[in-house]
Amino acid sequence: MEIAFVIEKFILITVIFSVSLGVAAYSTLAERKIAGYLQDRVGPSRAGWGGMFQPLADGLKMFFKEEIIPAESSKTLFILGPSLALLTACIGSAVIPWGQEILIADRLVSLQVTDVNVGILYIFGVVSLGVYGIMIGGWASNNKFSLMGAVRAASQSISYEIPMGLSIIALLLSTNTLSMKEIAEQQHGANWNILYQPLGFLIFLVCSFAETNRTPFDLPECETELVGGYHTEYSGFKMGAFMFAEYLNMFLASAVMSTLYFGGYNYPGMDWVNDMTGPTIGPLIGMGVLFLKIFVFIFFFMWVRWTVPRFRYDQLMNLGWKILIPLAIANIVITGIVITIVDKL
Amino acid sequence: MSISLFYFIAFLSIFFALLVIFSKNPVHSVLYLIVTFFTLTIHYVLLNAQFLAIVNFIVYMGAIMVLFLFVLMLLNLNENREASKSTLIKMIGVIAGMCLIVTLVGSVKALHVSDPLILKTQDLGLVKNLGKVLFSKFLLPFELSSLLLLSAMVGAVLLAKRDIKKA
Repeated sequence: MEIAFVIEKFILITVIFSVSLGVAAYSTLAERKIAGYLQDRVGPSRAGWGGMFQPLADGLKMFFKEEIIPAESSKTLFILGPSLALLTACIGSAVIPWGQEILIADRLVSLQVTDVNVGILYIFGVVSLGVYGIMIGGWASNNKFSLMGAVRAASQSISYEIPMGLSIIALLLSTNTLSMKEIAEQQHGANWNILYQPLGFLIFLVCSFAETNRTPFDLPECETELVGGYHTEYSGFKMGAFMFAEYLNMFLASAVMSTLYFGGYNYPGMDWVNDMTGPTIGPLIGMGVLFLKIFVFIFFFMWVRWTVPRFRYDQLMNLGWKILIPLAIANIVITGIVITIVDKL
Repeated sequence: MSISLFYFIAFLSIFFALLVIFSKNPVHSVLYLIVTFFTLTIHYVLLNAQFLAIVNFIVYMGAIMVLFLFVLMLLNLNENREASKSTLIKMIGVIAGMCLIVTLVGSVKALHVSDPLILKTQDLGLVKNLGKVLFSKFLLPFELSSLLLLSAMVGAVLLAKRDIKKA
């Protein structure tokens, strides 16, 4: 029993790792294809059928490029920066429930690596840790532009963590639990949290754009002002690690948003489908639905990137502190009042 | 198993805490301090206090230390720019440190070793129980400390605002 449990978790972790890395790799291709479509051109089309092997070619190119470590830089920290960025991007997916319990060879297997009873806070912690990779990398480069990018990343991340946390508090008021598994179970069928927390979702969405450093909030790597931002001095695979971490973060943010607000693996009519297909295929369909939601979010991230121009820095700070935080607090108060009234009725 | 794990983590905590003091570069010090806080988080997990662990993780590692790092990076201090301290200051530091050691040793000697504490309920540190205790038994201290934090926040905003008007 014990060994079976270990093997099952090991396989699950391996599958989740490889799937999230695969999704991140193909996100780079999707981004260029979508950019091509939005700008009325073809996009990468040479490597493989319709550019299918482009991520592979990009990865190979990254590996074979010369690794340059600038003189006068702190060498250990220079390597630690991208490693940390990649690590924090990978460990967040541990608490996401990827599906209902699935029956494999007469064993009920949970499709979640671990159900921490403070699951949301764990994700929040991992997100807040993500900024260290950028900060350490930017500082260790010993370059003024890198440092500016790192400082911008830090202040942006801290500013947007606050409204993000406040919007989660309003969600907790209506779900009554911190566990990701229970939150997913509560949204059975079409009973999704977006129906109860539309404003909270909007705040969370904007904040996750800021936390993943995506346009319109990609000021840490603003080319027109900072050359390349925090990764100016990076080359080869270390540069690739930073880029990859960004796409992994986008995948994680999409998965979290789908689970918290859009029902995770739940979809209307799932009971009927589960009855029809049995306890092995049914949860797999739920998992497919979750991935569909994730891909829609990833597409949304890219759509926004090629539509909305970058903010100015003071606009970014004003949006965070003067609009999102008061809105999030108002959201908490309104949620509290409504819950009290509903309980009294 | 649990005891040896505790001693290993405790060793790591003290080791990294010492590195905080002994490293010459302030940025390295802050990074070691972050690792120290991480080992403290593991201690909380070992005590089955998940909520406290994750709050320590988010607040200390994720927020406060980022601010520390932020300020240090802006100042960009390093070894050769550190002002050389005079012999007098070093002497005063040694004497003050020795006084602290004497006080600590004395107080440790005066203390009695308490009986090992056995938790009545193993899940005391979970969010639900912690919240119930905070909002019933310890309501007054909890609210007072929140007022204290609020006043500190208002004070900080006030200080920052006054500077802008003068300039």
